[in-house]
Amino acid sequence: MLDLPLIWAGLIATAVLLYVMLDGFDLGVGILFPFARSKEERDVMMNTIAPVWDGNETWLVLGGGGLLAAFPLAYSVLMPALYLPVLLMLAGLILRGVAFEFRFRARNRGRRFWTQMFAGGSILTAVAQGLILGGFIQGVTVENDRFAGGPFDWLTPYTLLVAAGIVAGYALLGGAWLMMKTKDSLHGDAKRWTLISAAAVGGLLAAVSVATLFIHPRIASRWGFDLGSGFAVDWAVLTPLLLIPALGLIGLGLVVGMARRGSHRWPFAGALLLFLSGYLGLAASFIPYVAPYAVTFRQAAAPDNALGLMLVGTAVILPAILGYTAWVYWVFRGKVDAEAGYH
Amino acid sequence: MQAVEFDALLLSRLQFAFTIAFHILFPAFTIGLAAFLAVLEGLWLWTKRDAFKVLYLFWVKIFALSFGMGVVSGIVLSYQFGTNWSEFIRLTGGVIGPLLAFEVLTAFFLEASFLGVMLFGWKKVGPKLHFTATCLVAVGTTISAFWILSANSWMQTPQGFEIMADGRFQATDFMQVVFNPSFPSRLVHMLLAAFLTTGLVVGAASAYRILKERKGPPVTGWTESRISLVMAVGLVAVLAPLQLLAGHWSGEVAHKHQPSKTAAIEGYWETRADQPLHLFGIPDRDAQKNHFQISIPGVGNAIQNVPRDEVIQGLDAWPREDQPPPFIPFFGFRIMVGLGLLMILLGGAGAVLIWRRRLFDSPWFLRFCVAMGPSGFIAVLAGWMVTEVGRQPWVVYGVLRTRDAVSPVTTAEVAASLTAYVIVYAVVFTAGALFILRLMVEGPVAALAEPAPRQDRAPGSPLAKAPEDTSPGEGV
Repeated sequence: MLDLPLIWAGLIATAVLLYVMLDGFDLGVGILFPFARSKEERDVMMNTIAPVWDGNETWLVLGGGGLLAAFPLAYSVLMPALYLPVLLMLAGLILRGVAFEFRFRARNRGRRFWTQMFAGGSILTAVAQGLILGGFIQGVTVENDRFAGGPFDWLTPYTLLVAAGIVAGYALLGGAWLMMKTKDSLHGDAKRWTLISAAAVGGLLAAVSVATLFIHPRIASRWGFDLGSGFAVDWAVLTPLLLIPALGLIGLGLVVGMARRGSHRWPFAGALLLFLSGYLGLAASFIPYVAPYAVTFRQAAAPDNALGLMLVGTAVILPAILGYTAWVYWVFRGKVDAEAGYH
Repeated sequence: MQAVEFDALLLSRLQFAFTIAFHILFPAFTIGLAAFLAVLEGLWLWTKRDAFKVLYLFWVKIFALSFGMGVVSGIVLSYQFGTNWSEFIRLTGGVIGPLLAFEVLTAFFLEASFLGVMLFGWKKVGPKLHFTATCLVAVGTTISAFWILSANSWMQTPQGFEIMADGRFQATDFMQVVFNPSFPSRLVHMLLAAFLTTGLVVGAASAYRILKERKGPPVTGWTESRISLVMAVGLVAVLAPLQLLAGHWSGEVAHKHQPSKTAAIEGYWETRADQPLHLFGIPDRDAQKNHFQISIPGVGNAIQNVPRDEVIQGLDAWPREDQPPPFIPFFGFRIMVGLGLLMILLGGAGAVLIWRRRLFDSPWFLRFCVAMGPSGFIAVLAGWMVTEVGRQPWVVYGVLRTRDAVSPVTTAEVAASLTAYVIVYAVVFTAGALFILRLMVEGPVAALAEPAPRQDRAPGSPLAKAPEDTSPGEGV
């Protein structure tokens, strides 16, 4: 018999990871928008993501919809707990989502407004996603299968630190994406943005990693630290897990080293690796909870017949989605210049 | 009368109504528009007539604007189930969750991925592949309607489930869940509504251009507006009468499975045989009667397709707390049907004018077309209000009350989010509507004002053979 809840936990975790990586660079381009030199450069930046952003964002809908369908209990606990940051995220997504079309339709003042909305919406989305992630990791209060905390539980120094990390991380992905997709002076700017973001990400990721150990005793012990009575380390637990931060260091090394050597593509691969490492690190910390530290993925799982039906459908459809998504990226491969738009 | 209390429940209902009302406008338009674009591109590839290309390039701009707004307002809904209706999902997620997940998997990815090719792929893929992308987007919008209508219909006429000891729902038969009793009629009704909405908008925009150009010499876009007007009027002529039948079918299903909804729609307070047809009235819940009633006695049963001596339930068949509030269903229904009849009139008159070859020379008809431009949207909104308010006080008809479905969030949070949505939507949708209207005022010539897609095609492809520029004044 298949372990359906486990498979679905893996599928949704993968969908969220794909979302973070794919829409991460879209949002990163928006975060970097204010630093562009000219309208033409902003047009090119936007055109590098215009054909793919909508598909990328669909992974967020799958993450949310998948959580709803596979783990309804987790979804119904997390969404009320993160009510306000989810609202901020949706407002940000609306503003930057419509800006793709509106910015090209508007004239003069309107165009400047939608340029600002694209940047502001992207930054707001990234901050809100950081608050959601931070609020998720620090845990939610649950009584009788219902959220039982307050409206501002998600607002702590820790979640603000995570939000800063996410903004820097998305800027890194966006910068590295632009290095890959642009030429000439814009490419040079993108390289500078990438290196600056990489430095910020290095510092913030380290800070978040340390802070996370203190956020819940479970996490510290999961990593082999005993912070209760002084400071003790269980090396048998910690050593294998050190592969995860090592992966992140390799990613960061790829970004910085290869960008300096003039590579156009490797920094993006390095940034993806860095995100994978951060993601695995967090996942290792809160597994098996889907609503830390109250509901596990087994408790939250939908009935087996629902999970089974969806698995059959997913087994057929997901390969097709991955196939045509890859095809779309292949169609729009290569450098983007000023003539790429349809407008 | 009970004082209205602005608690998290009422504010959540207002917020859901507000956000879904804005959202539904875009699918209602883009489902039909995607199919229209697929037809235009197909005709262009087949006939190689440039007018179809110009029309495609013009309407695809409006499609891109509308689709973008539909996407962002739709994401709000997929998260709002959790933020505001978490108890609904906690209890029924195991039943309708898979329907929503399948919508994402089978429709959203398809639409989103191929929209990129449709908008930006002109220079990247061949014409047949581009046409395929357009068709896939159109198919995606329809698949999306399939799943969301199925989920909503299950909330109207639930079946194929059991309630477990802990109160959570579990499906006993997913085929019964998906193909629940009201699903087929409501899907057909909604798809026809979407096509009609598009037809009426295309017709209004085309008629406006023709009215504007009527007195002057033929200009660029002259032919295109005439082609699209004929297509739109023809569509309305065929679909508007069919919609009357589909609506009636949907009403019969509601009468059978949701009798309290029918009673609210018809303004029936009294359970009796030989019901009248109330043309007008002000339903009053406190007095449990209609004021200022204008009725035709003796025809109510015939409208419901039941014998005159058969008893039809009025709202008095239910205790007060199980009655839907009748005001919105009663008036929403009459607005929807009234507009539907006007659409049939528009289609019929248009068909006669096309037959007599006087379609472009009848200013009164062209003005009628312009006036009817927004009627599809209004009818769609009115119809959805009828069906959603008519389902009350239930979120899942007869099984789960709306008040038991709301999230454990504070009134202040919902007040904040509702305010935020009103502000953001006001800015975003005002701007979007203005951009769309500006394009429509310019007409198909707007498609030529901007650099058209280059046609660096392999020799021998249909695109390569198609002439580069359009010649104005080409006859229809």
